[in-house]
Amino acid sequence: MHFLEDARTVKILVPVKRVIDANIRVRVKPDRSGVDTDNVKMAMNPFCEIAVEEALRIKEAGDAGEVILFSAGPSRFQETIRTGLAMGADRGVHIHTDEPLEPLVVAKMIAAVAEKEGADLVILGKQSIDGDNNQTGQMLAAIMGRPLGSYISEIKKNEDGFAITREIDAGLEKLQITSPAVVTTDLRLNEPRYASLPNIMKAKKKPIEALTPEDIGVQVSHRMEILKVVEPPAREAGVMVSGAGELVDKLKNEAKVI
Amino acid sequence: MSDETKVLVIAEHDNAALYPGTLNTVTAGVAIGAPVDVLVAGHGIGEIAAACAAVAGVARVLVADHEIYAHPSTEEVAALVVANGGDYTHILAPASTFGKALIPYAAALRDLQSISDISEVVSADTFVRPIYAGNALATVRCADPVKMITVRTTAFDAAAAQGGGASVENIPAAAATGQVQFVEQALSASERPELTSARVVVSGGRGLQSGDNFTMLEQLADRLGGAVGASRAAVDAGFVPNDYQVGQTGKVVAPDLYLAVGISGAIQHLAGMKDSKCIVAINNDEEAPIFQVADYSWNEDLFAAVPALLAELEK
Repeated sequence: MHFLEDARTVKILVPVKRVIDANIRVRVKPDRSGVDTDNVKMAMNPFCEIAVEEALRIKEAGDAGEVILFSAGPSRFQETIRTGLAMGADRGVHIHTDEPLEPLVVAKMIAAVAEKEGADLVILGKQSIDGDNNQTGQMLAAIMGRPLGSYISEIKKNEDGFAITREIDAGLEKLQITSPAVVTTDLRLNEPRYASLPNIMKAKKKPIEALTPEDIGVQVSHRMEILKVVEPPAREAGVMVSGAGELVDKLKNEAKVI
Repeated sequence: MSDETKVLVIAEHDNAALYPGTLNTVTAGVAIGAPVDVLVAGHGIGEIAAACAAVAGVARVLVADHEIYAHPSTEEVAALVVANGGDYTHILAPASTFGKALIPYAAALRDLQSISDISEVVSADTFVRPIYAGNALATVRCADPVKMITVRTTAFDAAAAQGGGASVENIPAAAATGQVQFVEQALSASERPELTSARVVVSGGRGLQSGDNFTMLEQLADRLGGAVGASRAAVDAGFVPNDYQVGQTGKVVAPDLYLAVGISGAIQHLAGMKDSKCIVAINNDEEAPIFQVADYSWNEDLFAAVPALLAELEK
């Protein structure tokens, strides 16, 4: 594989998304148009953090020369790129748009940037914790015609490309995929680092290229319409029990589930 | 719902048995527009094809039985779906790791925006799906000519495994890119029911303190004819394998009885089990959030409670 010959030229592209912080309990807007994101703490999607961390580890192991971050959205999405730069990524590309974005459009944008940059590996989080779509990485691999390693818990570079381990419903699956490739991260791939203060300062000087969808030749289309967003039916807290006898009696005679 | 709809369900199996989620996916397909066809790819799958043909509501089974599909990659199944999916208005798969990888990939090959994890069929183009770890339910309408869908199997009843009489038709293998090679699988062997379709689930969290202590939960599960699950914390700590994980990014379960033992109840865990019919929580922390969704809450040290519960069930 060409990238083994000179790892310094190997580029890893990591798309990152800005989402409501995982520890915040979301509120549905009274007009049922969506979830309230005003004055709510935002953070990098946790699966994207894992993706950034893995890219940095590959670079630190000497197997890549540059880690480039990507994000698409309003101007404040640059803060999320900046978070990844503070973790250690080299530079960012921000596709500026205020339009709501569907996964297929995002995948096309990432594909365009990956082609432009000549990225050898794209590492994405397997899903974002807002839309819970779990689509973008798969779509990207399909669009680019590159092998897909989804839900990975391990990735090792070798002379044939990458040896990956996937977390699947029945256990673990090992695959060998060629390079260049697209992989999506599962939870146990790594534990992301915290940005150090010096690195946060350094990140302020790292470049973020701002582009528009038109600049990269992607049209923002909308195939999905959100008709309404509601809260799920609330589950009421039940009763306290004080012993095994009482619990078994209630399960048998009240809930009738055993 | 409409005469024009034509639904294809992609069956999931392990070459030995049809996975139960396929039956729930057929039910979602029938809700969109009966009858539905089923596509099954594998190797040595004559019995699985027959099982698909016996499912009530299925009209036609397309069988790709070839050596290359013994352990097919997402790309290989997607190529087959695209080659054989031209006539269909809806293509569905269970929202398992199999379906969640496959459907968006196949959708993008056809420039379609897929719809993930639907929990309700409103009409042929409108569906309900959970977002934000199930803390909100979105009703979405898809304008694409073909709807590519993964189905939250716990939200639909299983179609009857018997009573159908579908025709079975062999289809050729589709060309593959050869970019992905199968190496091996390390699967968790268990005699217990499969987690996502079990009637009873006994799950353990960080409170179990070790993998060895899960033996207690296995005994409880066996006594109740159930499966064993776990919180992310228990999997991250290495107590049990990844395939035990219940939650937003793990498996979604909705059994008749869900026993949460030593699980605090993070939002991400609740996302995977809060549609269970009856929830029991055993926890020594009276402030544990799990108590807010449990039908029966037992504020007790699990190392005292679980043996007492086992003894009571033996009576």
